[in-house]
Amino acid sequence: MKIHEYQAKSVLARFGVPVPRGEVAFAPAEAAEIARRLGGNVVVVKAQIHAGGRGKGGGVKLARSPDDAEQIAKQMIGMTLVTHQTGPEGKKVSRVLVEEGLQIDRELYLSILIDRAAALPVVIASAAGGMDIEEVAAKQPEKILREHVDRGTGIVPFQSRKLAFAMGLEAGPAQKLVKLLDALYKAFIETDASLIEINPLILTKSGDLLALDAKVTFDDNALYRHPDIREFRDLSEEDPLEVEASKFSLNYIRLDGNIGCMVNGAGLAMATMDIIKLAGGEPANFLDVGGGANAEQIRNAFKILMSDKNVRAVLINIFGGILRCDVLAEGVIAAVKDLGVPVPIVIRMEGTNVDQGKRMLHESGLNFTTADSMGEAAEKVVALAGAPV
Amino acid sequence: MAVLLDKNTRLIVQGLTGREGTFHAKQAAAYGTNVVGGVTPGKGGTTHDSWPIFNNVHDAVKETGANATVIFVPPPFAADAIMEAADAAIPLAVCITEGIPVVDMLKALTFMEGKPTRLVGPNCPGVISAGKAKAGIIPGHICREGRIGIVSKSGTLTYEAIHQLTREGMGQTTCIGIGGDPLIGTNFIDALRLFAADPETDAVVMIGEIGGTAEEDAADFIRREFRKPVVGFIAGQTAPPGRRMGHAGAIIAGGKGTATEKMAALKSAGVHVVKSPADMGAKMREVLGK
Repeated sequence: MKIHEYQAKSVLARFGVPVPRGEVAFAPAEAAEIARRLGGNVVVVKAQIHAGGRGKGGGVKLARSPDDAEQIAKQMIGMTLVTHQTGPEGKKVSRVLVEEGLQIDRELYLSILIDRAAALPVVIASAAGGMDIEEVAAKQPEKILREHVDRGTGIVPFQSRKLAFAMGLEAGPAQKLVKLLDALYKAFIETDASLIEINPLILTKSGDLLALDAKVTFDDNALYRHPDIREFRDLSEEDPLEVEASKFSLNYIRLDGNIGCMVNGAGLAMATMDIIKLAGGEPANFLDVGGGANAEQIRNAFKILMSDKNVRAVLINIFGGILRCDVLAEGVIAAVKDLGVPVPIVIRMEGTNVDQGKRMLHESGLNFTTADSMGEAAEKVVALAGAPV
Repeated sequence: MAVLLDKNTRLIVQGLTGREGTFHAKQAAAYGTNVVGGVTPGKGGTTHDSWPIFNNVHDAVKETGANATVIFVPPPFAADAIMEAADAAIPLAVCITEGIPVVDMLKALTFMEGKPTRLVGPNCPGVISAGKAKAGIIPGHICREGRIGIVSKSGTLTYEAIHQLTREGMGQTTCIGIGGDPLIGTNFIDALRLFAADPETDAVVMIGEIGGTAEEDAADFIRREFRKPVVGFIAGQTAPPGRRMGHAGAIIAGGKGTATEKMAALKSAGVHVVKSPADMGAKMREVLGK
């Protein structure tokens, strides 16, 4: 799960990571209020959306007075912000973070995530902060520093000092980094984060380290034990159809094509998208109905699929192991009769009770196209869907 | 011969008294697996469908001589169940559970270091040795005994591969679902090592998916020392970056973990990579030249 920058900073601050003073505003007048409370000559107004690259898109601006902050907030709230991470359609801004302005000496990079191959958390640091870290990794890999963290000890002070000195920090700030990383690692483990990224981590002219930006994503599988973090979910940042699908525990991701897919299993669902593309079509979605799908679940899946107005044909690809083909057929027939699906449906099913399932489809009197293999199914559905939209 | 499971396997089911556990214990027994009992804390001393139930894995191993366990325990308790199996030094633990928090798996994998238990999974369909035994949810009736090994991150795509091989007249030795989570026990390389040492496995189908670098690591291993033919497929060639495609580990992050990179790595290691998931069986037939 993704959260906003201001929420991420509140989580980090709770663990003792220093962050700039600031508050979130949902209306321009609130932004002025906050700027007044913060005082100082300059405040920063930052659009809050779940995507990076906001500065270049006009989503981060300096304000010289509370009135100025109000004006900027007025422009930002309600605007559609387009960055390299939002896609061309952009994202609507509904809130801004108003923060104190700081005198920046240096910009550094810090993150924690899981190194899958080592099966350990890893801290990544770089003196090249404030830039796209993937670009740094590609062009100047020597500037990327890594320290794996032992599960038993957590991050040990010498590791933090090693990173600090390699980034060119002096003794004072280096000692501050030791404390900061200790807090950051605690936050990572205790909140079940899957990524904490601070870019940039700034060294101020007065020698303090602060998280000027913060991105935190959480392990969805662990949200059950973090009711406070679940509260941070912002449904307006998600695709409405994906939100709807998640209510039925359907794993659905909306894509740009015109062929709706209904598949059991994540790997087979991805493979089905792949084979549609190979046959010259474009998948409209990823949809895994899961191994234990029943008739009701199939019905819900159809509802979600058909809410996407781009869908011109549907491909159902089920390999029945635990999910029996006759149960699937029953569910599909009932859903189509009930919902009146107005586009062609191609069904490929294999596995447990396949003959019975095929017979039921055939005897239903409904107009299904069947296929005996994935390849055949893909070709048929691409032909029926016509040219991609 | 087969790997991991055979006629000498004595299997217990952690979570046998649950709905899933009961169903799959019966399926495994019907396939010919020697299911010797189950573990459900608090139900020790009772029986369930004539199987003895124990309070913990230690007791189950002591009383039944079990040498493998399959875990159907809900996600909040699954890492605990894995560690309990490892503490009982059972040689093989297969964890089917989907949705275990990564931090829990970090603990479990750290706990298992230096212990003799091999973990398969979690979030996997399990293991089946065709015609011999199974631990997990792979439907037995689609398998045929034969000489091809399968190792895969995906469940239903494994069934697809089995089906295609069977249809082409090629049976299987053992099919290993390693799971689609970011942190897993047995990985591609571990599975390939098992197949390398199995004289009855002539060739391997390897099914990967986007996310992580396990496929690239496997490609390095294959180039260096794996001498049997491998047919490979990578799912997620059309997956958008930054989106988690069902499996917790299936995500292209920071431009890394794409299908293109993985397919190129495998190809350069001599793996017969198919673009279409429909071609796995036919490609194996072609490679073996029969």
